[in-house]
Amino acid sequence: MSDVPEGAQPEATADGPRRTAPLGIVVGALGDIRKSVIPAIAGAYGLRDQFSGLGMIAGVAVLAVAIGIAVAVVRWLRTTYTVGAEDIRLEAGVLSRTARAVPYERIQDVSLEQPLLARALGLAQVRFETGAGGGDEIALAYLPLAEGERLRELVRERKDDDIAEDAALVPAAEAAAGEVLFAMPPRRLATFGLFEFSLAAFAVAAGAAQQFDEFLPIDIWDGDTWRELLGANADRVAALGPLAQAAAIAAAIGSLMVIGFATGLARTFTRDWGFMLTRTAKGFRRQRGLFTKTDVVMPAHRVQAIAIRTRLLRRLFGWHGLKFVSLAQDAGSGSHVVAPFARLDEIAPIASAAGFALPGDGIEWRRPATRAFVDGAVVGSLVPIVIAVGLLFSPAPLAAALPLLALPVIALGQYFRWRRARHAIDARQIYARQGWLAPSIDIANRVKLQSVEIAQGPLARRGNYATLRLGLAGGTLSFEAVPLSDARRIRAAVLDSITGVDFSRLNSG
Amino acid sequence: MGDTGQGIITEERALTPLDPAHIKMLRLQAAIAAVPFAIGSLVLESANLLPMGAFFVPFVLAAAWLIARVPLRRHAARGYDLGADRLRVVRGLLFRSDTVVPFGRVQHIDVTQGPLERMFGLATLVVHTAGTHNASVALPGLAQADAASMRESIRAHIKRETL
Repeated sequence: MSDVPEGAQPEATADGPRRTAPLGIVVGALGDIRKSVIPAIAGAYGLRDQFSGLGMIAGVAVLAVAIGIAVAVVRWLRTTYTVGAEDIRLEAGVLSRTARAVPYERIQDVSLEQPLLARALGLAQVRFETGAGGGDEIALAYLPLAEGERLRELVRERKDDDIAEDAALVPAAEAAAGEVLFAMPPRRLATFGLFEFSLAAFAVAAGAAQQFDEFLPIDIWDGDTWRELLGANADRVAALGPLAQAAAIAAAIGSLMVIGFATGLARTFTRDWGFMLTRTAKGFRRQRGLFTKTDVVMPAHRVQAIAIRTRLLRRLFGWHGLKFVSLAQDAGSGSHVVAPFARLDEIAPIASAAGFALPGDGIEWRRPATRAFVDGAVVGSLVPIVIAVGLLFSPAPLAAALPLLALPVIALGQYFRWRRARHAIDARQIYARQGWLAPSIDIANRVKLQSVEIAQGPLARRGNYATLRLGLAGGTLSFEAVPLSDARRIRAAVLDSITGVDFSRLNSG
Repeated sequence: MGDTGQGIITEERALTPLDPAHIKMLRLQAAIAAVPFAIGSLVLESANLLPMGAFFVPFVLAAAWLIARVPLRRHAARGYDLGADRLRVVRGLLFRSDTVVPFGRVQHIDVTQGPLERMFGLATLVVHTAGTHNASVALPGLAQADAASMRESIRAHIKRETL
């Protein structure tokens, strides 16, 4: 069997089928074992009465390890890939075989992913994204890192035709090849982590405590247990008076805060450690990760639209995030995060490198139809009003006032949504801004849109407004509550852009 | 490019109505959908819960409206316009939608026929795009020959992608 030489052969096109790295078996087997641990524990736990506990667990564990290794070896034996002149072919499957061929020109991006163990062994998972959706991509786990990088270069060279077209779009960025567009030093990561405050860890701990409480030596949901544990101290705490109780509550809240911030920081550091976005001659390259390192390259012309996102609190401090919308998937989400936490003046150069411009001062923002938000408030108020009327005839008619308290909140919400929402269109791009507390901004290239739909419900028809939905490959772009005349104007303009360009070359299919 | 008036002209172009047989098909669909309710109302009648006809008469009135009147209005609400470089599909009685797909963005085209459609010699033209919104735009109620010729004319417009 031909092991993969580490980046040796410069011309691999004539090669026959190859196997992935044998060391990958170790990583794969460990993954399989890890997956079988929980069933093994469950099995052992279910049978704990029939067998002596420890022997049972040991037996199941040994079995799990054996199965894991066997599966990994067989899978490795049955997986081959071929680097052809036109495409990459993968043959895999133990019982049912799959042969998949992906032409180079259909590859959206190539990503290298290195989980901790694979990284220690110098291996990487290479994934070729086609944007077909679902699991329809080729993933090679695991190749030596050098081989992965060689494959990536190969795919890029095969796509040089596409790139030439790309260069015409972005001449400025082309000159500065390999330029670092955005990086996150630890200080920035720390700030980001603080804004990622999360009580998820606490919730998980509480959930686990509830799930496994029968394993715990004490009954944590029983007040008496705690009273006993505290013993005489409980009375003393009670005797200390309201000041001490307030201090205790403050301490509890404080520890929650500490847990929340620590979770946010830990998550951010593991995910985004060493975050670096580079503009290379042939696309964007993003590297990040503390334990699992990922390295994604995406061609610039594949970027269909950009999305600027923020949240309530971080917006007040001027922090935003930038995503590229393309057909490729990024770790489960539809778009690639290219700047998770940045100032707008840091985001602008990244956007322009991808051929997009942030809305400038000269842009003519247009507001949505006021009527739509009045309609929204009226419809939203119906539920509380119906409940209030129902309560009027209940034994406690005074309670009817309570649901009505929701009305000002609903009205205020619609007001803020109206204030934040706006849209604009210029010669090249189309902009949408919406959101109640933290407005999001989407910017799409007019030429890269796929279809235009004007949709109207019964209320919208009465109010003469519409929802404008633009077909966007890999994402959604819709404008709520646009005045009908505006919607028609935008549609006409966008359609002119689309049909005025030799579309077949731009189609990203 | 730029905001020329071309799109607005398309806007004002009259829509092509669907094939008249489409009304018959919608009526048959409504009649089939009414069958379970007919059985239900007859069962309730036979239970003698309310005076005679309390279930059946409203059912007959509603069914008559749904079979005779609604298909006419649904048919009138639908239409399409096959332009030089784009296909416009309008549909919906209560929730109107007006979709335009430029031929250059069409990924592939289907012509489908259900059993009822085959009975009336109709077909549905489905145009697929790469967008997440409107990934496939369906235009039902075309005469079969029309659907096939529309498919051919759209296909003629789709340029083959560069290799």
